[in-house]
Amino acid sequence: MGACNIFEVSSQLLFSQLLLGLINGAFYAMLSLGLAVIFGMLNVINFTHGAQYMMGAFAAWLMLTELDIPFWAALVLSPIIVGLFGIVLERLLLKRIYHLDHLYGFLLTFGLALIIEGLFQWRWGSSGAPYPSPIPGGTNLGFMFLPTYRGFVVVAALVICLATWFAIERTRLGAYLRAATENPTLVRAFGINVPRLITLTYGLGVGLAAMAGVLAAPIQQVSALMGVNLVLVVFAVVVIGGMGSIMGSIVTGFGLGIVEGFTKVCYPPASNTVIFVIMALVLLIKPAGLFGQTK
Amino acid sequence: MSNRVLIGIAVAVVALAAPWMFYPVFLMKALCFALFACAFNLLLGYVGLMSFGHAMFFGMAGYFFGHTVKVWDWPMELGLLAGVLGAAAIGLVTGALAIRRQGIYFAMITLAFAQMIYFLCVQMPFTGGEDGLQGIPRKPLLGFIPTEDDYTMYYIVLAIFLFGYGAIYRFIHSPFGQVLKAIRDNEQRAVSLGYEADRYKLLAFVLSAALAGLAGATKAMVVHFATLTDVSAAVSGEVVLMALIGGLGTIIGPVIGAFVVIAMQDYLAFVGQLVLVIQGFIFVIIVLAARRGIVGELTALWKARRKVG
Repeated sequence: MGACNIFEVSSQLLFSQLLLGLINGAFYAMLSLGLAVIFGMLNVINFTHGAQYMMGAFAAWLMLTELDIPFWAALVLSPIIVGLFGIVLERLLLKRIYHLDHLYGFLLTFGLALIIEGLFQWRWGSSGAPYPSPIPGGTNLGFMFLPTYRGFVVVAALVICLATWFAIERTRLGAYLRAATENPTLVRAFGINVPRLITLTYGLGVGLAAMAGVLAAPIQQVSALMGVNLVLVVFAVVVIGGMGSIMGSIVTGFGLGIVEGFTKVCYPPASNTVIFVIMALVLLIKPAGLFGQTK
Repeated sequence: MSNRVLIGIAVAVVALAAPWMFYPVFLMKALCFALFACAFNLLLGYVGLMSFGHAMFFGMAGYFFGHTVKVWDWPMELGLLAGVLGAAAIGLVTGALAIRRQGIYFAMITLAFAQMIYFLCVQMPFTGGEDGLQGIPRKPLLGFIPTEDDYTMYYIVLAIFLFGYGAIYRFIHSPFGQVLKAIRDNEQRAVSLGYEADRYKLLAFVLSAALAGLAGATKAMVVHFATLTDVSAAVSGEVVLMALIGGLGTIIGPVIGAFVVIAMQDYLAFVGQLVLVIQGFIFVIIVLAARRGIVGELTALWKARRKVG
């Protein structure tokens, strides 16, 4: 206990924990980004997000072990497959509840998560399967040892997040999307197919979760329950950041990951609760969230 | 009127004779979850707040009961009180924070707080971590009522359930309950009429937490142990399912829902983890096709038939 003395901690430990935090933050950012985009368009908090993250990792693992498809191909194929699965879910089930209270979307996607995770656990058990690192090795930076793949994950996640931001804030399709979030009826009157836009949005958000899952596979064990606790932490991240802004989700996600890593160095027992404590503080000081608009 | 009296007598006879027809421990567990589901429904059905973290009150109360009775050697009635007050205290803190956001955010916040409590329970020594608190003794209640025997215990649990159920019934049918319903239906209007909505919500939250705590402490008393499972998000989800199956906003619905879910877990134990898959399917089916739950749908059917006849 006691205050964290940064000078007593070896730089090796500090920086490797910060890197780990940055990687966790990358996943928080990708997942909360997807949640925010989906909520904006569908008015549904997608509880299935953790299960879809797991499906992404599983799809990559199955491709490698059953079909010898390498990581790089899986990084593209797996989000497409899981995204298409999401589109089927949206067309068959989710679209039936848009007119209802938000709670029902939450409950429906919670039920779907139970089904998906339960079936994967039944078929493959709950112990994890290792996924070999696609880029083994690393570099000694002097102050720390950087495994190449981990560095790659941080950069890749940042690129994916910024690309999503660009697509939504700076392209024509993104403009339609933002307009439809604001006022779907009006956008429909302009001849834009809003239901199709909604379906695509869900596919995109689910694909992002799956891609995070593929990136996570070589770092964590691939298991049926890998998304269960993660999605709960991501909910806290979303409450802290507020769902109003894309950039806000990205910044909050990475930021909280770093804070978590830092806590692991200073006071390890608090590392898995620190995000919830921050959530409590944010609710006290700025209930709408750091980047949320006060209504 | 006479119909209602007959139904009441029939229910009373079944409740009193039940332990000779079914396994008493199953009945006691179901009664504990029924009270838990009623406490949850007090919040969702009558205030419109969906807590997705109610396991934190249920599970923590079990730990409070276990710790005070086993380690500190308190009498059982004080242990139950410790469970209730402890859960109410957690409810006061988390509730005060959670009601600062509405709707779906409220659900996410309560879920996140419950997860935080879960992580704390994994680490804190007093919960026994992964092993839980085992071997909580059953002591004589009030110093003279023996509780070792499951049949006697059943009537104690039944009395506790009726006390909690009666309390909820009184809350709902009091002026306080009327204000809660007004806030649920139109918060701004209630505020403009001079009601401090946040205070009412917080009070309802604390009451709901306290009753969930009573249920959790009673369960720990029945089964002799308190474990991490009862604090987990899975149990928070289960209690939502119970209220949903029975019918939100009906006072008897959650009781029926609790018996259905607990019976399903007991009788479908042979399918193992697939019970969760079945629960998932029930969620999906109810949300898509039967949002009023068993009691709500039956009432609607009965009313429709009366209109035709």
